[in-house]
Amino acid sequence: MATDTPQTTRPVEFDANPVQAVLRKYKGEKGILIPVLQETQDAYGYLPSAALEEIATATGVPLAQIYGVATFYAQFRLRPVGKHMVRVCCGTACHVAGAERITDAMSQTLDVAPGETTADDLFTLETVACLGCCSLAPVMMIDEETFGRLDEKAVRKIVKDYRTES
Amino acid sequence: MSHPLQPNVLTRPKIVVGLGSCGIAAGGKKVYEALVAEVAKRKLDVDIDETGCIGMCFREVLVEIRDPQRGSFIYGDMTPDRLPRILDEHVLAGRVIPEWLARSDELPGSEDAFFAKQKRIVLRHCGVNNPESLAEYQATGGYAALAKVLKEMTPEQVIEVITQSGLRGRGGAGFPTGIKWKFARQSRDETKYVVCNGDEGDPGAFMDRSVLEGDPHNILEGMLIAGYAIGARFGYIYCRAEYPLAVKRLKLAIEVARQIGFLGERILGSAFSFDIKVKEGAGAFVCGEETALIASIEGQRGMPRLRPPFPTTAGLWAHPTSINNVETFGNVPWIILNGAEKFAEMGVGKSRGTKVFALAGKIVRGGLIEVPMGITLREIIYEVGGGIQGGKAFKAVQMGGPSGGCIPAALIDTSVDYESVTQTGAIMGSGGMVVMDETTCMVDVARFFLNFTQKESCGKCTFCRLGTKRMLEILTRITEGYGRPEDIPMLEELSEKIKKGSLCGLGQTAPNPVLTTLKYFRHEYEAHINDKKCPAHRCKKLLTYRIIADKCTGCTVCAKHCPVHCISGERKQVHVIDQAACIRCGECLRRCNFAAVQAD
Ligand SMILES: Cc1cc2nc3c(=O)[nH]c(=O)nc-3n(C[C@H](O)[C@H](O)[C@H](O)COP(=O)(O)O)c2cc1C
Ligand code: SF4
Ligand code: SF4
Ligand code: SF4
Ligand code: FES
Ligand code: FES
Repeated sequence: MATDTPQTTRPVEFDANPVQAVLRKYKGEKGILIPVLQETQDAYGYLPSAALEEIATATGVPLAQIYGVATFYAQFRLRPVGKHMVRVCCGTACHVAGAERITDAMSQTLDVAPGETTADDLFTLETVACLGCCSLAPVMMIDEETFGRLDEKAVRKIVKDYRTES
Repeated sequence: MSHPLQPNVLTRPKIVVGLGSCGIAAGGKKVYEALVAEVAKRKLDVDIDETGCIGMCFREVLVEIRDPQRGSFIYGDMTPDRLPRILDEHVLAGRVIPEWLARSDELPGSEDAFFAKQKRIVLRHCGVNNPESLAEYQATGGYAALAKVLKEMTPEQVIEVITQSGLRGRGGAGFPTGIKWKFARQSRDETKYVVCNGDEGDPGAFMDRSVLEGDPHNILEGMLIAGYAIGARFGYIYCRAEYPLAVKRLKLAIEVARQIGFLGERILGSAFSFDIKVKEGAGAFVCGEETALIASIEGQRGMPRLRPPFPTTAGLWAHPTSINNVETFGNVPWIILNGAEKFAEMGVGKSRGTKVFALAGKIVRGGLIEVPMGITLREIIYEVGGGIQGGKAFKAVQMGGPSGGCIPAALIDTSVDYESVTQTGAIMGSGGMVVMDETTCMVDVARFFLNFTQKESCGKCTFCRLGTKRMLEILTRITEGYGRPEDIPMLEELSEKIKKGSLCGLGQTAPNPVLTTLKYFRHEYEAHINDKKCPAHRCKKLLTYRIIADKCTGCTVCAKHCPVHCISGERKQVHVIDQAACIRCGECLRRCNFAAVQAD
């Protein structure tokens, strides 16, 4: 990328094809709002407002209700996310093993609070409950990869490795 | 004891890698790839396969060698570097490597005690079968219960057997499954539904996940039998959003079952038709509550509603719906095949059969276990679990997650059954068991759970929404050194009001973690409030940081990193902390490489 291009790589034009494809797949079924939102989010990485408008038009569900559902569930994001999704486990076993220190270290290293995305769009930090490997507590996941038996040093090193890779 | 791992009939050796969630997290895929390469290099005549969670998560990565003559050998803590020795010595030369052996059919292994008191019904195939193989499921008795039910039993007889077995719901409340099915059967409607609750919200538990990932057909079969019993044609599995592997394996299992004819029209030539769909949750703890779950499947916000009507009368799209937990369904095929009496033989009082627990925290053998009801906490913690890590003192065990409570060391001989556990103030719950030692602060644990429930409250009831927030504020204040004597009665009063003023189980049980810790660990609250001390040295804001003169080398690292510059000292001289200025951030403690900073 040339150095003078703007920081954001977000699409200016909205491409409605992915959401239309999702809507076609579920046409005529009942109780589809959540799967439609899930697959729309898979396609765009988040739920663009334009996509929600398309869903409202196609399903006849009022836009306000769609927003109501989208904001109720933790899974849905109304803003774009970074290239890598960092999920620090804050389940009971991880908490007892010091997960707060891991979240703090991650927050510091990335310079964002949980729920936020770094300025360079590289990482989004989230906390989750129990990743199912409590015996490796404290645990976190970056994208599909899990890291266990963490301490602050390990957190800093892992982030550094991801940064040099990108 | 009966063998937990009956190796399937083999003609040549099979090497199996544990690829459950924590196996993968511990590097299982790398071990699997290395195994394929090393076996090819040696041109060995063996099969390679994968399996789910066998329970010994603390020894991951696990590699099992199944020898047609000698039986099973499980090696723990496997890395790609250790594989060549396993292949050369064990597979080629037939010499077992005792120092890496976790358990085997031939020699004692280091983890024999882990299995000795377990009884595997729900988990009977987990860590044994390849979860993606229908053939293996069938070879180990799979779908035989369905066939028996369709050929030999009326729906009423099925319900009678389940009732006789004493099976109670494993999702937390412990409602008798047979009675629930009977209500659903009696509801008159052409359309009925079976729902499997795989939302698994307890933030320290992974039982249902391991079963869904490790033995998906067992759950499908349990649901099919329920469908036949209540007269339903459709089933939904509501699976937690964070379980992509479980979703993938379920979808695959459903597809294969449809191809073979275990799902679909006129199953096994009978008049019974049934099909199952997977619905993914979207990350809301309250959706584990049955009426919220129904709303969520219907595509709405997952808000609980008042019962009655119960779902068995008016559930999904207002049709009668029988909702059961994953583990509940996991017991059903076994009960049908082995009989109600066999199941009821295990357990005590009104708690029959087994219970699966995710054993975690400061325990030596953390993993997934299944034990007969009526076992004591002592047996679970000290025999199955191998005791407390680092030889520290056992302090409490948390059962039931955010709805449950902490059972103190003094009650370690409590029998694990619904009634006895409830008597302590905790609940059996869905199976989270987090062990705590002397370094765990009980006020902090209570605050942890309140923080969770407060965030997850759906907001419908004022007491649940605002009451939990107030309780969290008080608990936070106590852990930060601003607690007041009147805080304890205030917590108790709020607890009562929230319990009474909440519509669903989330609010009704949210105070339990606070009430049980107040009951058994009141002195810890008092130490925080009156002496501004955390006896477990956990609450950062209540610690005093000191530099030990004998150990300090004067490296200046702490002074450089102290955010408020309150550490003074010349290079190579002992450093000193200005207590009045210290904000107790703990940075000096973390940065010192000479263990010269002490916090107490
Ligand atoms: C806040 C809340 C969360 C719940 N979460 C779950 C859950 O994750 N899994 C589950 O099986 N039951 C959960 N339940 C219990 C269900 O409402 C329901 O009782 C259960 O699924 C019935 O199945 P069973 O009879 O087989 O236990 C929850 C209840 C409440 C109030
Ligand atoms: S008790 Fe809490 S979670 Fe349950 S319905 Fe009321 S506000 Fe919602
Ligand atoms: S970091 Fe440790 S050794 Fe170095 S000056 Fe500080 S207390 Fe002393
Ligand atoms: S705890 Fe923090 S503020 Fe206090 S001396 Fe150490 S680094 Fe400085
Ligand atoms: S609590 Fe973190 S993996 Fe289970
Ligand atoms: S996930 Fe591997 S033994 Fe539990």
